[in-house]
Amino acid sequence: MLTRAERRRGIAWGLLSLIGIALFVGIAVAALLSWDVGDTRARLFTAYTWRILRFTLWQAVLSTLLSIAFAIPVTLALARRPRFPVRVWIIRLMAVPMGLPVLIGALGLIGIWGRQGVINSLLLKLGLDQPVSIYGLTGILLAHVFFNLPLAARLLLAALERLPAEYWQLASSLGMRPFSVFRFIEWPAVQRVIPGIAGLIFMLCATSFTLVLVLGGGPAATTLEVAIYQSLRFDFAPARAVALALLQIGVTALILIAMARFPIPDDAGMTAGRATRRFDGRTVPARLWDAFAISVATAFLVLPLASIVFAGLKADLWNLATSTAFLRATWTSFIIALTGGLLAVLTSLAIIAARGAVTDMKRPGKAAKGFSALLGGMSSLVLLIPPVVLGTGWFLTLRSIGDVTRFAPVLLVLINMLMALPFVMRVLAPAIETHRQQSGRLSASLGISGLAKLRRIDLPVLIRPLLTGLSFAMALSLGDLGAVALFGSNDLTTLPWLVYSRLSSYRTNDADGLALLLGIICLLLTMLGTAGQKEARHD
Amino acid sequence: MTDGVVLDKVELRLGTKDFHFNCTLPAGAVTAVTGPSGSGKSTLLNLVAGFETPDRGHVLVGGEDVTHEHPSGRPVSLIFQDNNLFTHLDLFTNIGLGINPSLRLSADDRRAISKALQRVGLDGFEKRMPGTLSGGERQRAAFARALVRKKPVLLMDEPFAALDPGLRLSMAKLLLELHREVSNTVLIVTHDPDEVGRLADHAIFIDYGQILLQAPTTEFLARRDIPALAEFLSG
Repeated sequence: MLTRAERRRGIAWGLLSLIGIALFVGIAVAALLSWDVGDTRARLFTAYTWRILRFTLWQAVLSTLLSIAFAIPVTLALARRPRFPVRVWIIRLMAVPMGLPVLIGALGLIGIWGRQGVINSLLLKLGLDQPVSIYGLTGILLAHVFFNLPLAARLLLAALERLPAEYWQLASSLGMRPFSVFRFIEWPAVQRVIPGIAGLIFMLCATSFTLVLVLGGGPAATTLEVAIYQSLRFDFAPARAVALALLQIGVTALILIAMARFPIPDDAGMTAGRATRRFDGRTVPARLWDAFAISVATAFLVLPLASIVFAGLKADLWNLATSTAFLRATWTSFIIALTGGLLAVLTSLAIIAARGAVTDMKRPGKAAKGFSALLGGMSSLVLLIPPVVLGTGWFLTLRSIGDVTRFAPVLLVLINMLMALPFVMRVLAPAIETHRQQSGRLSASLGISGLAKLRRIDLPVLIRPLLTGLSFAMALSLGDLGAVALFGSNDLTTLPWLVYSRLSSYRTNDADGLALLLGIICLLLTMLGTAGQKEARHD
Repeated sequence: MTDGVVLDKVELRLGTKDFHFNCTLPAGAVTAVTGPSGSGKSTLLNLVAGFETPDRGHVLVGGEDVTHEHPSGRPVSLIFQDNNLFTHLDLFTNIGLGINPSLRLSADDRRAISKALQRVGLDGFEKRMPGTLSGGERQRAAFARALVRKKPVLLMDEPFAALDPGLRLSMAKLLLELHREVSNTVLIVTHDPDEVGRLADHAIFIDYGQILLQAPTTEFLARRDIPALAEFLSG
């Protein structure tokens, strides 16, 4: 239904972005592969890399198991209590860690679980002198559970809420006891989606950078990504960084292949208003247990968030907000986030247009189909090469040309753009597909095309998803510490980098204040983005 | 003979809708529950099944007051329009859960399950998953579960609405056969006047949460003095 010009334009834009991304990623990987080939191979499995690889996988396995193990009772309780007080808000709260810059979350966790935190003071008062340590493996696990338990719980809850209402009526009519309900209804529904969720969480934890940097980092608690960063920034051992980066690519590739077998479930349809009614769990012990599970999980999530606010308010916010360091970092962050975000949106549009053009062909040839598949696999490519690895490749490439810091802003923009791409695509692709189905034939029959179509038909409908995508991409970039950790300097300081440097020079008070400011900025951005979404749903 | 199902001055408010039901439905007979969409047919069934509890009044089944009884304590079996079977469990398990909700089954129980499957024409389907069955076969499996439960009352909420007309006829025949074998009390919600004639001994007509008419089928189908009923019967 597209005009020939439209189709050609779509393909051209798609081709251009494909080549651009392939070059950007390809050059980095080529630089890694071509570095001291003989030497690297010997370095790939030294005692050091082996230990780090083992720790990376071990903490990811534990994080995944713990996140899911704790998410299950919380989910079952939430599912069984459709009328639990403030249930909607608890479910919304569970979305917060996903949008929260990881560094801020880490600060909140330190505020609660750290040496001077609430929990340890409480334990001390109870006479326990062995405090919980937020640093090392415990801290990393705690933080990974904080970020991934809500993710798992939301996805599991969606799976339970998709069950037909008749199931609960039948269960109660047949007189099933809680264990039978679990065995015959809840567990089968939950265990179907667990492999996908576990894969996703494992991937996130195996490539987790910021949390390990802040809470781990010692030789005993370092993951591949952090080790790469340390090799480049502190020890300047590029050969080791290359070996680690190649290992990281190998690990993510294996995880991605394994994940491809288990689709990631979605949380769509949740809180869609279809009130499920449950007739089980009316006994007092069941009520108490559910209330306990929900309250503990809620406290676990709320306390660190509250700590960010309280600790931040203790800082001299006005002075911080007007300091040159903050203003400069904010400006830098904003420019990088905006450019990266706009690029991500434009690239997504190009990819979607090209795929649309291929779908529109009557008989797309093998080449066209392959092209479309390549474009579709782009987001996996981004996952395959984590930002730190990408940064390492470019670091090595540019070092031979000149001063790396000169190119740093461009690299930051491009890396952030790539990171945001899968998320922006997830927002835009369905919106554009719906729009195409609704207006494609009509526009074609009326002969509206080109700028007029863009202005009158497309933009009015798509402006909201576009803004949502842009705000997501910007929030992601604003909160990112991974890429800037490699390239940050006195000349190039983003907000997260500023928070991190304050934290590492033990100016915790400043760090808390800055974290609160950054958190507020990200929250505002996300609210702007989702506000548009909500209105769009009302239309 | 004790009365089958009695709704004694039952009052219930759901959101902004009020329901007043006062009726005595005969035991061992098939009663069709009819009325326009949203009139309260399913609510009446839910009150009997125990998924709704009346604000006032009593629900009696077989002479026993079950007003505040949990659904599992009521002597009823249920068949919905759809989703009668847990799709991830095979037919044997689905039906076995009707006998014992923890699936603790004796050898007799196992034989009863196979016999029930045979009876509804699903001989040897024990290991089949619901997803591999046609809509009619799934409803037959639901009948089989109702059979093994041996409850005096069977509640059906438009059980054949999702089936095509030919299938509806054969399912109705099966329902009547089973009903005659065990002479249970059947309440069937239906949208179809033909089905009322085919299946029911009695029928009630509900509109705006009230029972406007309760009558033997022949009389019910001949009435033209209630506009809403006349519309139902003609459409």
